[in-house]
Amino acid sequence: MIVGGPSRAGAVTDKRPWTFYALGTLFAAYMAFLYGPMLVIYLLSFQGENGGVTFPMVGTSLTWFSDIVKPGQMANIPVSFSRSIGLASLVSVLTVVFSVAAGLGFRRRFPGSGIVFYLAVASLVMPSLLVGFGIGLGFQFLGWETSLFTSALGAQLTWTLPFGLFAMFAVVNRFNRSWEEAAADLGASAFQRLRHVTLPILLPGILGVAMGAFTLSYDEYARTTLTIGQHNTLPLEIYALISSATSPTLFAIGTLTTGGSFVAIGVTLVLVVRMQRRRTAASLKVG
Amino acid sequence: MSSTTSLGQLEVPVNRKRLAIPHFRFPTWAVSWLQVGPLMLILSVLFALPTILFLVVSFFDYDRIGIYPAFILDNYHDLLTTPSTWRVYLSSLKFAVIVWGITLFLGFNIAYFLVFHIRSNMLRTVLFLACAIPFWTSGIIRAIAWIPFLGRNGAFNQILMALGVTSRPLEFLLFSDFAVIVTYVHLFTLLMIGPIANSLAKIDRSLIEAALDAGASRWATMTNVIVPLSKTGIALGSLLVFTQVMGDYFVVKTMSGGQSASIVSMLSTEITAMQYPPASANAMVLVVFVAIMVACMMRVVDVRKELVK
Repeated sequence: MIVGGPSRAGAVTDKRPWTFYALGTLFAAYMAFLYGPMLVIYLLSFQGENGGVTFPMVGTSLTWFSDIVKPGQMANIPVSFSRSIGLASLVSVLTVVFSVAAGLGFRRRFPGSGIVFYLAVASLVMPSLLVGFGIGLGFQFLGWETSLFTSALGAQLTWTLPFGLFAMFAVVNRFNRSWEEAAADLGASAFQRLRHVTLPILLPGILGVAMGAFTLSYDEYARTTLTIGQHNTLPLEIYALISSATSPTLFAIGTLTTGGSFVAIGVTLVLVVRMQRRRTAASLKVG
Repeated sequence: MSSTTSLGQLEVPVNRKRLAIPHFRFPTWAVSWLQVGPLMLILSVLFALPTILFLVVSFFDYDRIGIYPAFILDNYHDLLTTPSTWRVYLSSLKFAVIVWGITLFLGFNIAYFLVFHIRSNMLRTVLFLACAIPFWTSGIIRAIAWIPFLGRNGAFNQILMALGVTSRPLEFLLFSDFAVIVTYVHLFTLLMIGPIANSLAKIDRSLIEAALDAGASRWATMTNVIVPLSKTGIALGSLLVFTQVMGDYFVVKTMSGGQSASIVSMLSTEITAMQYPPASANAMVLVVFVAIMVACMMRVVDVRKELVK
C-alpha cells in the first residue's frame, strides 16, 4: 500500500513500502541536522568560567546564565527582552484581529480583492530591511522620532499581517459554511453567528496565527533595526553583542529561549487538548 | 428618498422604511471591504507608501551634507555600472538557487513523510513541533551556533576524526560558501515544509487510490497526481525561501567570514553612511529583481486561484 493514511483502517497491518524507510532515514537525518548545532549551543552555554565560545569545554558553570541578568555586563538583555515580549504581544493581538477579519472577508469574491491579495504578497516578499528603510525614511521626512510602538510596530505588521492572512486562507478553506447557514436559519444574528459558531470553530487556527505572529515579531531583526529608535529589542541587542564581544552568554540566551518555548508549547498543547475534550463532551451531550 | 417627498406623501414611505430597517443588509462586497479594510489600510500606509517614497528618493541628488529633490538617473547609472553590484547580485542569486533546490528537496520529502507515512495524528503533531521548535530561538543565535559546530576544533570535525574519516580537521567548513548554504538551509527549510505539508494534507486520498487502482505505478502517481496537486504549497514555499535568501542581512556577513557580501548588507552600509539616494536606487533594483522572480513563479502557479476559493 503506498499511502497508509489515517483514513484507511486496514492499512495498519500492511507492509511498509521501501520509501517509508528511505524517507524515515531522511527525516532522522534532518532532525540530526536541525538539532546538532542546537545541542552544541545548549552544551556550550554551561561552559566553565574561563572557557570561550568554542570547544573544548573548560569545566562547567552557570556563570553565563547569571551574566544575562547581571546589570552592566550584558547591559540590557532583561530590559530588551521585556520590550520584545511587549511588542510581540501587541503585534500578535493586532495580527489576529485584522487578519482574521480579512480572512473572513476573503470568503466571498469582492471587487478589488485582487489588489488586496497582491498587496499582501508584495508585502510578504519585500526584502525585510527595505521595509524598515522606507518607514525610517518616511519618519525622517515627517520629522518624527522612530520608536518601539510606532515605527517598529508598523514595520513588523507589514510582515505578520500577510502571514496571518495566508494562514487564515488555509484555516478558512477547511471551514464548512453550512454551519453558519444552519445558525442563520435558526435565527442567530450576525454577531451571534460570529461569536458562537464561526470563531469557536476557527479557534485552533486563530491560536496558530497568534503564535506564529508572536514568533515572527519576537525574532524579527531586519525590519526592526532601522525603525527601532533609541531602545533595542532582544534580537537587536543580541546582534550588537555578536559584533562587539562574543561570549557563551549568547548561547545561554538560546538555551533559555528553547526552554521557554518548550514550556509555551506544552501549555498550548494542554489547552488545545482540553478544548477538544470539552468539545467532544459537549457534542456527546447534544447528541 | 423620504427626505425629498412632500408632506402629504410622508406617512407611507416612512412606515415602509421603518419596517424595512431590520431587513436592511449591507451588500456583501461592502461587508467584505469592512473586514479587509483595516489590513488594506495598514499595508498601504506602512508598506506601499514607504516603497513609493524610496522610489522617489532614488532619483534625488545628494552630497555629503544632505539630499536634494531632483530627477536624475545618476544613482541608477552609478549602481549598474559598478562591477561589484553585479558580483553581489550574482552571488546572491547563486545562493538563492542552491538553497532553493536543497530546501525544496528536503521540504517536499519531509512533508510527504509526515503527511502520508505517519499514521498516528498525535505522532504527526509531535514531529511537526520537533521541526518547528528551533524556530523559537533567535535566527541570529541559530546562525552563530554553526560556528562552534563547524569550526576547526568544532563538534563536526571531532566526530569526523573520531570516526577516522579524516586525520586533519577540515578547514573549508567554516567561513565559506559551504557554511553560508548550510546556515540558510538550517534557517529556512521549515518555510518549505509548512506550505507543502498544508497542500499535501488537502489532497483527497481517494484520488491517489483511484490512480493506483487504474494501474498507475507509484512513481507515476507521485508525478501525475501528488506533485501537481501540491504545487501551491511548492510555489509558496519557494517564494518564501527565495525572498528570504535575497533579503538576507546577517548570514552571509557572519558565516562567509567577510569573503562574500549580500545585497542587503551592501545597502545597509550606504544607509549607515546616510547616502539615502543611492541606497534607494539599490533598494529599487532589488525590489524589481525580486518582483520579476515572484511574477515568474506566480505565472507557473496561480497561487491566488488555489488559495482563495
